Amino acid sequence: MKKVIMGNHAVSYGVRASEAKVISAYPITPQTHIVELLSEMCANGEIDAKFIKVESEHSAMAACVGASAAGSRAFTATSSQGLLLMHEMLHWAVGARLPIVLANVNRAVGPPWSIWTDQNDSLSQRDVGWLQIYCESNQEVQDTIPQAFKIAEQLQMPVMIVMDAFFLSHTFEIVDIIEKEQVREFLPPYEPEIKIDTADQHSFGNLAGPDHYMELRYMIQEAMDRGLDVIKKVNKEFEEIFGRGYGLIEPYRCDDAETILVTSGTVSSTTRAVIDELRDEGVKVGSLKIRVFRPFPTEEVFEVLSKAKKVAVIDRNISFGAHGIFYQEIKSALYGRTDIPILGYIAGLGGRDVTPKVIREIADKAIGDEQPERYINWIGVKI
Amino acid sequence: MKAPRIPTEELMGSGHLACQGCGATQAMRFALKALGPKTALTIPACCWAVIDGTFPHSAVDLPIFHTAFETAAVTAAGIKAGLEMRGDKETTVMAWAGDGGTYDIGLQALSGAAERNDDIIYVCYDNEAYMNTGIQRSSSTPVGAWTTTTPVDNYKREPKKNMIEIMAAHSIPYIATCSVAWPEDVIDKFRKAKEMKGTRYIHIFAPCPTGWKLAPELSIQMARRAVTSRVFPILEITEHGEKLEVWKDFEPTPVREYLKPQGRFKHLTDEELDGIEKDVERRWQRLLAREKMMASIPGME
Ligand SMILES: Cc1ncc(C[n+]2csc(CCOP(=O)(O)OP(=O)(O)O)c2C)c(N)n1
Ligand code: SF4
Ligand SMILES: [Mg+2]
Repeated sequence: MKKVIMGNHAVSYGVRASEAKVISAYPITPQTHIVELLSEMCANGEIDAKFIKVESEHSAMAACVGASAAGSRAFTATSSQGLLLMHEMLHWAVGARLPIVLANVNRAVGPPWSIWTDQNDSLSQRDVGWLQIYCESNQEVQDTIPQAFKIAEQLQMPVMIVMDAFFLSHTFEIVDIIEKEQVREFLPPYEPEIKIDTADQHSFGNLAGPDHYMELRYMIQEAMDRGLDVIKKVNKEFEEIFGRGYGLIEPYRCDDAETILVTSGTVSSTTRAVIDELRDEGVKVGSLKIRVFRPFPTEEVFEVLSKAKKVAVIDRNISFGAHGIFYQEIKSALYGRTDIPILGYIAGLGGRDVTPKVIREIADKAIGDEQPERYINWIGVKI
Repeated sequence: MKAPRIPTEELMGSGHLACQGCGATQAMRFALKALGPKTALTIPACCWAVIDGTFPHSAVDLPIFHTAFETAAVTAAGIKAGLEMRGDKETTVMAWAGDGGTYDIGLQALSGAAERNDDIIYVCYDNEAYMNTGIQRSSSTPVGAWTTTTPVDNYKREPKKNMIEIMAAHSIPYIATCSVAWPEDVIDKFRKAKEMKGTRYIHIFAPCPTGWKLAPELSIQMARRAVTSRVFPILEITEHGEKLEVWKDFEPTPVREYLKPQGRFKHLTDEELDGIEKDVERRWQRLLAREKMMASIPGME
């Protein structure tokens, strides 16, 4: 059934269809609608789940950790300060190899207080070991939830779904709602081999000496290494049932492109419109959306970008003292294999609009700059 | 033949990593005798995170989930929810934390779980400092005590926080204190808690010879004297915080006899000891007054 819903509710419908068994969350703008609708669904029986209404995000993730270790499918959603407060427990979920799914609505971090979008919250969790998938439309958000559970459960790794504040969370779009009866065929009930169970006792997370710790970390990286194939396979299975699918990356008009703009999140859709405009003018440009950020699809990215003459990365984030974070990732994906210039552009922090005009400005600069002085360029800063 | 009062079954093995005379290990041993094999545990950072043994060994024959320092209560709540949603409604889930993980860093999550009345048993084994990290003060450290962060020139001036009153303010179904010097009492209280639903809080006084600068063989004696000197009252609060019963059926002993054998109080002058004695007496009288007052509320007689 098709419905016009906001991005936040697309998350809730995805969770309903995935039959999560334990949900624990704490309110924060702009994520709040996700948990409001979920608590309604739990109350009216649309979802057969326990909703633990905790006193903080740190506890929300701890509750998910406990529930998942006990063998139940667990979900939470948060944003910005909430995600940062969870940080310790994000690590815990990875170390304990728990397939928790979290939806993060990208919101800028304070101070100063901001409720508007940028990616510094999720990207500052880059190295904890969560898979990260950046979505662009409400349909993609909904569909990615059951995919995320399946990926997570196959890898025994937690997955974060990321979406822009307001541009997605509060924007209404048509979504083909998926139902649990259909999803069951795609996503079987969660039956972990090892869980907290008095009939089959295990001790989880005991002190491990230098003799063991490193092997456990190696196994996490191994799971990440398998991640890209699992994501592709899971997407294919989803596509077979629902007729929709999403790539690790999404190239747009890249085949003969001399300049490629690299994007993520909702900036990607705006960029495509600008690409069409430039193509109409005869300019050979294309764009590449990075959807899966962790594990990073290095080969896929290289495949597309190595054919271009120049790459321009748009970052709605900044790693202070270095560069935009996607910029750094792209640079390391291409390192030593090509010498095409890679330019970085910081735009849209704290929810500032990244309009077609802004993207046009970036494209013009990127195409025009033969040997740019700066590899990091701030767009639209009034200083 | 009459069944023994204390079950002979052991769920905790002897191959643990605690120091000699550790009260915390006794506490666990007795608690598990009462709770039995259908129990799952979660333990945050504390001495017990080490006592259990290093990977891949565990001294406890039960599922244990080690969790982050401040999350024992909510992790337990998550485990309980996870088990229930899988159809296991029977397993008792117990959070087992130190005083640091209870009074300080874990207080928020504990308060959250207690307010929601999550169906868990929460245990604070109280050794009155952060022992795992090398004897630093916690808000459970008593006035006068030395720790590595309250050196003798600047020993702890602040009184021990009243954790029991904090928990009572949450109106949970069961609150009890006990001491490892009375195994039967410990076991009875855990048995009682096991039969109840909701958040049950048990506070066990568990001496730490290492952190108290005490001879290991005096550990149990101190656990007894803490009670008989009225430093650590044994009590139960039932009826969702409405009914308080204080145990008074013992021969009182002087506070000094409790403090003197412990190196952590060695620096205290006679005057300072007098002050502590007065304080203990005042707190004891206040507790008895509260018991009386609560019993006098219409409907609670
Ligand atoms: C967030 C965090 N901060 C600090 C620590 C270090 N730490 C581990 S155990 C501990 C003290 C534990 O004290 P308590 O709860 O009283 O248990 P005990 O060691 O006395 O048994 C501390 C400070 C930690 N593990 N996590
Ligand atoms: S330091 Fe104290 S609490 Fe910790 S194991 Fe040793 S005796 Fe027990
Ligand atoms: Mg302690």
